[in-house]
Amino acid sequence: MMIGSQTEQSSNFKLLNKIKVPFKIFAKGDWATRLSFLIMGFGCFVRKQFIKGLLYFLAQVLFVFLCVFFISKYLPDLGTLGTVPIKRVWDEVEQVYINIQVDNSMLILLYSIVSIFIIFFFCVLYINSLKAAYNAQINSENGKKNNSFFDDIKSLLDDKFHTTLLTLPSIGVILFTILPLIFMILIAFTNYDSDHLPPAKLFDWVGLANFKELLWGSAQISSTFGRVLLWTMIWAFFATFTNYFAGMFLAIIINKKGIKFKAFWRTMFVMTIAVPQFVTLLTIRNVFANIGLINTWLQKLNIIDRAIPFFEKGWLARIMIIIINMWVGIPYTLLIVSGILMNIPQSLYESAKIDGASPFKMFVKITFPYVFFVTAPYLLTQFVGNINNFNVIYYLTAGGPKSLNYFFAGETDLLITWLYSLTSDKSNYKTASVIGIMVFLICSVFSLIAYNLTSSTKREEDYQA
Amino acid sequence: MTNIKTKNRITNIAIYILLSVMVIIWLFPIVWIILCSFREEQGADISYFFPKTWSFKNYIDLFKPDAYYFPRWFANTLIVAVCTCILSSLYVLMVSYAFSRLRFKLRKPLMNIVLILGMFPGFMSMIAVYYILKALNMTQTLLALILVYSGGAGLNYYIAKGFFDTIPRNMDEAARIDGATQNQVFWKIIIPLSKPIIVYTILTSFMAPWMDFIFVSVIMKDNYNNFTVALGLYRMLDREHMNDYFTRFCASSVLVAIPITGLFISMQKFYIEGVTGGSVKG
Repeated sequence: MMIGSQTEQSSNFKLLNKIKVPFKIFAKGDWATRLSFLIMGFGCFVRKQFIKGLLYFLAQVLFVFLCVFFISKYLPDLGTLGTVPIKRVWDEVEQVYINIQVDNSMLILLYSIVSIFIIFFFCVLYINSLKAAYNAQINSENGKKNNSFFDDIKSLLDDKFHTTLLTLPSIGVILFTILPLIFMILIAFTNYDSDHLPPAKLFDWVGLANFKELLWGSAQISSTFGRVLLWTMIWAFFATFTNYFAGMFLAIIINKKGIKFKAFWRTMFVMTIAVPQFVTLLTIRNVFANIGLINTWLQKLNIIDRAIPFFEKGWLARIMIIIINMWVGIPYTLLIVSGILMNIPQSLYESAKIDGASPFKMFVKITFPYVFFVTAPYLLTQFVGNINNFNVIYYLTAGGPKSLNYFFAGETDLLITWLYSLTSDKSNYKTASVIGIMVFLICSVFSLIAYNLTSSTKREEDYQA
Repeated sequence: MTNIKTKNRITNIAIYILLSVMVIIWLFPIVWIILCSFREEQGADISYFFPKTWSFKNYIDLFKPDAYYFPRWFANTLIVAVCTCILSSLYVLMVSYAFSRLRFKLRKPLMNIVLILGMFPGFMSMIAVYYILKALNMTQTLLALILVYSGGAGLNYYIAKGFFDTIPRNMDEAARIDGATQNQVFWKIIIPLSKPIIVYTILTSFMAPWMDFIFVSVIMKDNYNNFTVALGLYRMLDREHMNDYFTRFCASSVLVAIPITGLFISMQKFYIEGVTGGSVKG
């Protein structure tokens, strides 16, 4: 506690001070505290915080155990990612050679990251144990009673409640988001692809080669990247704004005074949200197929002689996707905008009416600015969401029509679906990882804009009256 | 005056016509699925709208033991959805409450980390997730799915946090003065006041496993017994199965959609309050 407050005072040297903490404790500590440097929890244990001391000690035992049986096996190989994939060993009994798996780059990389995490958390725990030992020493020197284990538990439900709340979710996020993400980011700097698939073959660090290849190195890959990126941006723009404006229009006409059965109309549209997308999108794909419902009808009515290949020509497929996406997205906008419309003060419209404003003018001057102001963050998250909109593309065209000019991509592939097919069909993890990082960079630019545009984040504190 | 009235009436009629047309377009795929599910003639590419012969055959076939055994998939999805729903909702509420109402040293840094993590495409990491699960010896299990779906749930705290932010602070301050712990404030004051956002969170996290296809396909590979409906139904439309299974696909889609749609419509009010209350004001 005392050390914590000291570090906070000089915020400029926060990190430096944090590093200094153990030294300070060592300088000021007595024998029990100093012994805690070797045996974690010793200081606490001596000062009658038995359970706490024991837990720290057990953590140390566990860590040593992990070092011997886990960390030492993988971490030292991180630099080379393994050298011997498979060793042939002569089996005396069977009189044959058998293959023994020695190194596996994938596991070395993954477990090294896990090891680094373990070491990091152990360091944090170690410093905490030192602080605890020192605080226990100070308290007993001042004749104060040390927190019992029961007190510690109680504080977890009160002034340390945030620890209680955040621990489990954080473990989930670390295990299933952060750890895999770091792994995949590192893959971008290796040559992990179908020619270097462990365990039979190992992969290796290649530095920035993959980025170079994607951006300008290889004509085919970089031209594919350029085209896919362009289409991704076009798609995200149109998908976002068509849905936004059409949804707003729909909400406004349903909400218009004098329109009856408002709830009915709304429910009819909103119902489509509840039907799983793979069901409706796959059905729609079927309806528009070459020998599907629409084409057959149009042929029967003699409007066309040959089936329109809705999903087989690049631009037609792209336009179809944007149109069909409206079917998916409009209900969401409708939901949100109708909620907001009800909040607009009616008096604004009354006074505008007295001034003789036309409905269009009222929309431009009152409704739109109001709705836009509240939905600006939503709009930007939608945009970023559409850059990553996997479902619509995958269910409708799966990226097709395939084109020979593209590097394992189709003409409607977004970066994200391209990434998917590179990993799942082609085992080209290195390029996929680089694409993932590119998507991250693009999304973060837009998110940063969103973050700065929405004052709500800045005004967060005043909002909580 | 009458002029304005007739003009208004004409606009309204135009709106009604427009709305009806749009509703027909919006319901068209859904109605078509329902019709196909009752169609006795098999095959995917059918050029007429109404079935020539009506029957329950497709529904009955679903319950016959087959490589594509729908009831098992449905039960799997239900188990995964219920568990995910409980875990995710708890995670989301816990994280958003901590970030909204509690003040601690790491609050801002953690929020920034979450912001950055959210910008990475979610399934960029699916291969790594697969190997982590493999290391834990859990691939092709339902537990793996539950953990994957709920594992990152804490990251989606924005909407719930936005909602918590709008609950007046003086309520919990008063309770704190009366000696309530943070834990009591959370359970006794905030949670009872947050019905819309809780229902919203439950609803969205319950629906997620019904919709997801990518992670199941990565984790389950070809273990048909542990498929969820999304993956199972998608497989029914593989090119080689499409003609045999299309009508059955429609029947199972109807069975999947009915409970979710019912749930969704009955909870629609909370959904709206959740979205508007959280995202907009947050």
